[in-house]
Amino acid sequence: MVCLKQVPDTQEVKIDPRTNALVREGVPAIPNPDDLHALAAAVAAKEAVGGRVAVLSMGPPQAVRALRKALSLGADRAVLLSDRAFAAADTFATTYTLARGIARLAREEREPGLVFCGKRALDGETGQVGPGLAARLNFPYLGYVVRIREITPHSIVVERRREGVTEELESPLPALITVEREIAPLPYAPLPRLLWAQEEEVEVWGAREIEASPEAVGLPGSPTKVIRGFVPPPPRGAEILGDGRADPEGAAGLLANVILELEGAREEVASRPGA
Amino acid sequence: MVYLEQEEGQARPVSWEVLGAGAELARSLEVELWAAAIGQGAERALEEAFRRGAQVGCAVEGEGLDPYTAEAEAEAVSHLVDRFRPEILLFPATARGREVASLVATRVGTGLTADVTALSVDRERRLMEATRPTFGGKQMATIVCEGWRPQMATLRPGVFPLPPLLPHWQRGGRLISLSLDFRPRVRVRRKEGRVTEHPLERAEVVVAGGRGVGGPRGFELLRELAGLLGGVVAGTRPAVEAGWISRDYQVGQTGRAVRPRLYIAVGVSGAIQHVVGMQQARHIVAINRDPGAPIMRYAHYAVVGDLFEVVPALIRQLRERKGMQVEPSLL
Repeated sequence: MVCLKQVPDTQEVKIDPRTNALVREGVPAIPNPDDLHALAAAVAAKEAVGGRVAVLSMGPPQAVRALRKALSLGADRAVLLSDRAFAAADTFATTYTLARGIARLAREEREPGLVFCGKRALDGETGQVGPGLAARLNFPYLGYVVRIREITPHSIVVERRREGVTEELESPLPALITVEREIAPLPYAPLPRLLWAQEEEVEVWGAREIEASPEAVGLPGSPTKVIRGFVPPPPRGAEILGDGRADPEGAAGLLANVILELEGAREEVASRPGA
Repeated sequence: MVYLEQEEGQARPVSWEVLGAGAELARSLEVELWAAAIGQGAERALEEAFRRGAQVGCAVEGEGLDPYTAEAEAEAVSHLVDRFRPEILLFPATARGREVASLVATRVGTGLTADVTALSVDRERRLMEATRPTFGGKQMATIVCEGWRPQMATLRPGVFPLPPLLPHWQRGGRLISLSLDFRPRVRVRRKEGRVTEHPLERAEVVVAGGRGVGGPRGFELLRELAGLLGGVVAGTRPAVEAGWISRDYQVGQTGRAVRPRLYIAVGVSGAIQHVVGMQQARHIVAINRDPGAPIMRYAHYAVVGDLFEVVPALIRQLRERKGMQVEPSLL
């Protein structure tokens, strides 16, 4: 099973220079890139051990598009968890909702399985949904996975990398892994598959279909709340030193003065006792 | 309560940044500052925590905690939460801190704010207000966790100042040692390498190159300049993708956040994705051909010109003024 989020392409989010506010209109929605790598890894795992790849997303009805993309890239089944009640969920309510969806999928697919998540979403960038979901499901959690070394119907061995440490981890299945992009290159959709994906059904499940309790989803189920959103104030601008084009030597001299002055301040700080 | 990322008795320095931020909150709320360390060496790591301002230290050691797995670590921290009921629980937003925090928050059933860059307190309501960047750093959001406890956050490394290390006779704390056994389902079959502190994290001077540097030859110049200032060379994402510098030295949204005293941006346009990783620098200097580049707004000082003219001149003048001989290779 793969969790996938449709996100606004943050590269395209602009700031209106007059109002200093975020312009979200017309920003294209894309499948979260990390999640597509997770999908690619799941498709590769399926080729190795068999089974089916189901993709699960939570989002507005438009997120069907991201799921069609997933179908075209090798998923066998796509489910969208969509309900007004799910709106404004933080990561805590999100993991609850996803866990309910996975519970139903696992029943229908009759497979304990392996859940794949991307490392983090382009928009929220918390990286909290993967491990949080593992805790919700009470599945073993394997994070920052760069390679699947062995996989059987009952166990998995992965290599993971974090800040200078490489670890080989082994876990029974079911389990949840979050993957780094390098785990698998982005897959490519052959034309027949692309056409099939446009026709294939994307199931849409609401709160009732996954037996989700209304106080655990969306806003009521979210412990955290955004109380303020603001665009950082525009910076004041640099003092331009000399004329670097006509007189690079002179400008460099002024810059050397500035740097030496800052360095001098540093030495003073360093020589003060106790600092 | 602050979670220390420790291994064999040595906490990563970023843990102290978090401890320092925790100290501020504890002062505002008039509560004790607790530190928690898990696994072999926990007590030793806490000795330094006491010298950095912790008043109570919780050490958990026992079966199943070594080598580190996120699962057992999170179980141990969750145990501390259930037992001592901290109001606030902070973690470093490192690879390990993030995964442990996410598991703990879900286990104990509370909210978690990721990658926080500023903290304040609503004293009356005893609320932690955590501010973090979103939308690739284009927007800041301030987040609270009202009806659920503890209030949890991971703090971005390199943003909060290191608290000073007090001499050992000035500081003592209450140590609580627990022995607990765990049976994690995930097993570490092999482990290589150590968590290494990246040179960029503690660099006083960073010289960063962007697309405008144009190639490896330009980066040689930056290295020369950095060497002269005792600094570290970094790059923007385009520079990394062009292969001029290793990905490990990328500054920005998808790289590292740095906060040196002096940041020299050479041939860097100043895309927001880069800026979020360096705007905490105390002094920012830009050398760029384009006076309209966004970096000019973030820099304190700038030289508009060709870096292949300006940087060699700068290197020469710095050497001269520092009373060093000009190496012929430079000329």
